[in-house]
Amino acid sequence: MPHWLQLMMDSFPTLLWAGVKFTVPLTLLSFAFGLALGLITAVTRLFGPTPLVLIARFYVWVIRGTPLLVQLFVIFYGLPSVGILLDAFPAALIGFTLNIGAYSSEIIRAVIASVPKGQWEAAYSIGMNWRQAMARTILPQAARVAVPPLSNTFISLVKDTSLAAAITVPELFQAAQRIVATTYEPLILYIQAAIIYLALSSVLSALQVRLEKRFSRYGGMLEANR
Amino acid sequence: MIELSHIRKNFGDLQVIDDISLKVNEGSVTALVGPSGGGKSTLLRCINLLEIPTSGTIRLGEAVIEFAPGKKVGWDAVQKIRRQTGMVFQNFQLFPHRTALENVMEGLVTVLKWPREKAEARARELLTKVGMAHKIDAWPSTLSGGQQQRVAIARALAMSPRVLLCDEPTSALDPELATEVVEVLSKLAAEGTTMVIATHDLRLASRVADHAVFLEAGKIVEQGAADRVFGAPEHERTRRFVSSISAAVQSGYGEGI
Repeated sequence: MPHWLQLMMDSFPTLLWAGVKFTVPLTLLSFAFGLALGLITAVTRLFGPTPLVLIARFYVWVIRGTPLLVQLFVIFYGLPSVGILLDAFPAALIGFTLNIGAYSSEIIRAVIASVPKGQWEAAYSIGMNWRQAMARTILPQAARVAVPPLSNTFISLVKDTSLAAAITVPELFQAAQRIVATTYEPLILYIQAAIIYLALSSVLSALQVRLEKRFSRYGGMLEANR
Repeated sequence: MIELSHIRKNFGDLQVIDDISLKVNEGSVTALVGPSGGGKSTLLRCINLLEIPTSGTIRLGEAVIEFAPGKKVGWDAVQKIRRQTGMVFQNFQLFPHRTALENVMEGLVTVLKWPREKAEARARELLTKVGMAHKIDAWPSTLSGGQQQRVAIARALAMSPRVLLCDEPTSALDPELATEVVEVLSKLAAEGTTMVIATHDLRLASRVADHAVFLEAGKIVEQGAADRVFGAPEHERTRRFVSSISAAVQSGYGEGI
């Protein structure tokens, strides 16, 4: 067996375990929390009172305008100076959630606005209130349009979790770094890490295709409704 | 049953409805006719408060709301009026992510909290009534315009409104498809459904309505029995409008003007 293949096989379980234990949970949790935060932010910006709209805009402006790595450093290395000490994993989770919240809020805002106004009126005309109209009429139609752009965000997130290595989260990329430190085989190990990231994001792409298929069964927003 | 008193509606500086008072009796069918931009759609939308009038009073059954500039209208008051109305839109506005049956059930299940089986039975009954029993599980995108509008009528009727408001119900349809919708509406009229129909389709108005109101520039120019307004209009303006449309449309839906 060639040396590189032996090395790959030896290190694969370690890398995979780091991925399963840290990369995948970090991705799933921060995407779920981030989507909830994004929905709240988007609805606030569309329908909220002015002071809250300004807060929401400020949040999106700051998060989108600063590097994710810097945000993670502020949370993990910076906050202890003011007495807030976080473990590496929660710090990363907060950082990624804030990030996903800001980016997804822009997507959600756009897709909610893309549902024709007549659909609100139709919902109101059969007696629904705002919350019912939103939950049963607007969001299901918006969700369909949101699948491709939110999938983009999700797939970016999987790869961005490698930044958590810089704040000591022992995730997939950091596991590779550690093995490199003892084996001096950066090319093999980093390519192997890349392959595992590629596999993870491929699973998500496949999921996107399935979701799009499921949503396309009703044929989309009606032309006449526009 | 419906009483509008001194309704005004401004969009910014533009006055769309200018001091209109109107009564609609139980069981009657009122056609709001007139040129585009005359205010007929806006007046109709004021009845179920999709537009909130700038000033005036609306009475619908027991519910009364008085409007004044700067006065906020509470949600409960709006609902008291709106729940007595059903609305049919020019572009149907079916919920595209729900089947024909689910569209009709939606209000019953979500708003009235009916159990699903009861709502489904009622929805089937209404879809049969509008001749759509064979398309119960169809997605709206697979239906023709006339079929979509008939489902929309069933959806509006599901909530048992006291009045059915129709906003240009045939204007997005070609004459053949419009006929299906006119048939359904005239059947409802014959059963005593109270309706207010905003339309510039005189064939629809003359077939279905017993009372006609001619609106221009936000004012009522002329109103009266539909036969009389369309057959022998008193005002020069109404006469010109009726004759211009009659000239353009030679064949009627059966009973012409």
